[in-house]
Amino acid sequence: MFGYIIRRAVSGILVLLATSVAVFALFFYGPSNPALAYCPETRCTPERLANITESLGLDRPVLEQYGGYMKGIVAGNDFEAGAISIPCDAPCLGVSFKLRVDVADYLLARFPATLSLAVGGVAIAVTLGTALGIFASRVRGTLADKLIVGSSLVINAVPYYLVALLAFLYLISEWGIFPQSGYVSPFTAGPISWAAGLLLPWLVIGITSSTQYARFSRGSMIESMNEDYVRTARAKGLSDRMVTLKHALRSAVVPVVTIMGLEFAALLAGTIFTERIFDIQGIGKTALDAIGTKDLPIIAATVLIAAAFVVTANIVVDIIYSLLDPRVRLS
Amino acid sequence: MTEASNFLTEQNAREADQRRADGPGFEGPYLVVENLHVSFPTADGTVQAVTDMSYSLEQGKTLGIVGESGSGKSVSSMAIMGLHDMKRTHMTGSIRVGGREIVGLSNNKMQSLRGGEVAMIFQDPLSSLHPFYSIGSQISEAYLAHNKVSRSKAKAKAVEMLDRVGIPQARSRVDDYPHQFSGGMRQRAMIAMALVNDPKLLIADEPTTALDVTVQAQILDLLQELQRDFNSAIIIITHDLGVVAEMADQVLVMYGGRAVEHGPTKELLTHPEMPYTWGLLSSVPDVTADTSGRLIPIPGNPPSLLNPPSGCSFHPRCPHRDKVPGDLCRTELPLLVEGTRGPEHLKRCHLANPDMIYETEVLPEIAPDLVDLTVADGADHVAPENR
Repeated sequence: MFGYIIRRAVSGILVLLATSVAVFALFFYGPSNPALAYCPETRCTPERLANITESLGLDRPVLEQYGGYMKGIVAGNDFEAGAISIPCDAPCLGVSFKLRVDVADYLLARFPATLSLAVGGVAIAVTLGTALGIFASRVRGTLADKLIVGSSLVINAVPYYLVALLAFLYLISEWGIFPQSGYVSPFTAGPISWAAGLLLPWLVIGITSSTQYARFSRGSMIESMNEDYVRTARAKGLSDRMVTLKHALRSAVVPVVTIMGLEFAALLAGTIFTERIFDIQGIGKTALDAIGTKDLPIIAATVLIAAAFVVTANIVVDIIYSLLDPRVRLS
Repeated sequence: MTEASNFLTEQNAREADQRRADGPGFEGPYLVVENLHVSFPTADGTVQAVTDMSYSLEQGKTLGIVGESGSGKSVSSMAIMGLHDMKRTHMTGSIRVGGREIVGLSNNKMQSLRGGEVAMIFQDPLSSLHPFYSIGSQISEAYLAHNKVSRSKAKAKAVEMLDRVGIPQARSRVDDYPHQFSGGMRQRAMIAMALVNDPKLLIADEPTTALDVTVQAQILDLLQELQRDFNSAIIIITHDLGVVAEMADQVLVMYGGRAVEHGPTKELLTHPEMPYTWGLLSSVPDVTADTSGRLIPIPGNPPSLLNPPSGCSFHPRCPHRDKVPGDLCRTELPLLVEGTRGPEHLKRCHLANPDMIYETEVLPEIAPDLVDLTVADGADHVAPENR
């Protein structure tokens, strides 16, 4: 079991390495020169461009730059730019081209917002979705079941950003039903203002991604209620409640956990919209801004962090699998 | 319907005498099924899974229910356990377990009966055991459902039961999961689970189908041994006449949801009176028989339960229907009546002289050596007409 987790962690690190190579490759062999973004259009002479390119370290060979980047992550790196020196401790994700700050510190400050958003959204999605799905499976074929399945399809068919945008425009701006969105630290501003600022984004993420959980848990619950071992459980004389919650649900949870792993990647992509629309200073919004300013170190770092998230989520899913199913754990 | 009730009254009278000696409580056999109908309404119409079924079973006795897939044998037994989803099932008639009527009993009351007084062993032990829970916890769960004891006591009971059904090192195997057990051990564990509450009635639904032959014999021996110890009544559902011959005191042959022949095992297997039973006997392989003897399958397919054939539901496949005058087999459903050999042997067939047909036409084909030892060298063995 322990060895299994180690193996998964090692392969996760390899995935992250591959991701970093891909990000570098895309950036350097992409269509535009990042230095151009920092060269004022009207007064951009070739000398000046060369100067900027050099100060950003973009004149060095790609491999050398990549090597320096990797060295920074492991051992830290100090950046010299003209007269100023910017210290960057390990794990150093570089120094922002535009803001001239340590990227790791910069992103770390924005991380709690994204984390709050994601955890709250997933929590609502999983509880709401599985509860609705299990309920629908128990009342299969009735109007309630059809309503749940139907509305989940409708919500799923509407693009996420549209739902988020409309929710913001009407529920916050127009009618003021929900408090103004935004992120404040629960430690300095108090948990109530923290939750108030994230309430609508949580609900939007939660409700839209609950549809997947609802449909999958309904399907897997119906399937597992028909399993022979559920019939055995009833034949033992267990109560309906025990049969449903202990025997059927335990195996119905497995596909739901799979969805959790997949949904997590979708959730991160959605974060860009969520943070932009609800004006939350998180990683997603930072990534979006950095793309606008061609700020390579920040883009690379956000992509790496997102990849690390997805890899970790998948390892967590595998661990949950093995906790659920002894056949995975003991083989 | 009437003929079945006559049979029952007569049998009840005999068994009531026996029961009176056993002391107070209910009168008559432990399990009495009368005029049981089970149907499932579907979008395409109503599926008549079991039609007008009646039988009774005493403690310590075994009833074999035989028939092909879809004949209603499992459906009728699941009705005794109350395992049908009553929202999707229509059930009439009467099932009395230990004197208690269970048709129409609430799910809560049924719960205390299920797994307690009446327990069931299922066909495929791998899919019938929950893959995520240990064998021991699944057995002790059955015990805890009917006994107010501590978890550790229930676990000790599980070890005891595993030991009882012949699992070696039960104490260390009790925490194993189903996938760590072999097929035979899993079926033993299923039996341990079913017997943990000393059931008075045990329903074994094809208990040996998924197992290989040597393990089959062990499991059947085990069931017989446990029956002796617990004096349980056993219903064994099977399509294997060998199992029936070994285990059952009584046999009930089902076809298309109806009982078509019912009687004491030895009597029924040696003097079957219904062409469907003949067909079943003809399709049993016999390792001791001459190798030139062929297996004779029953031609055609099982009847549709949505649109059952008119008259006798076996008539489209019956090779002897022309022997009944007036197209009666097609037009009129034969009643389940006393056969030619006494009141205990019931059959549902229009044939007037089944014994003669069996001895002169059927037996020579399926077991020529029994009829005429000179034919048994096999070279000029006659091919069956109905192929």
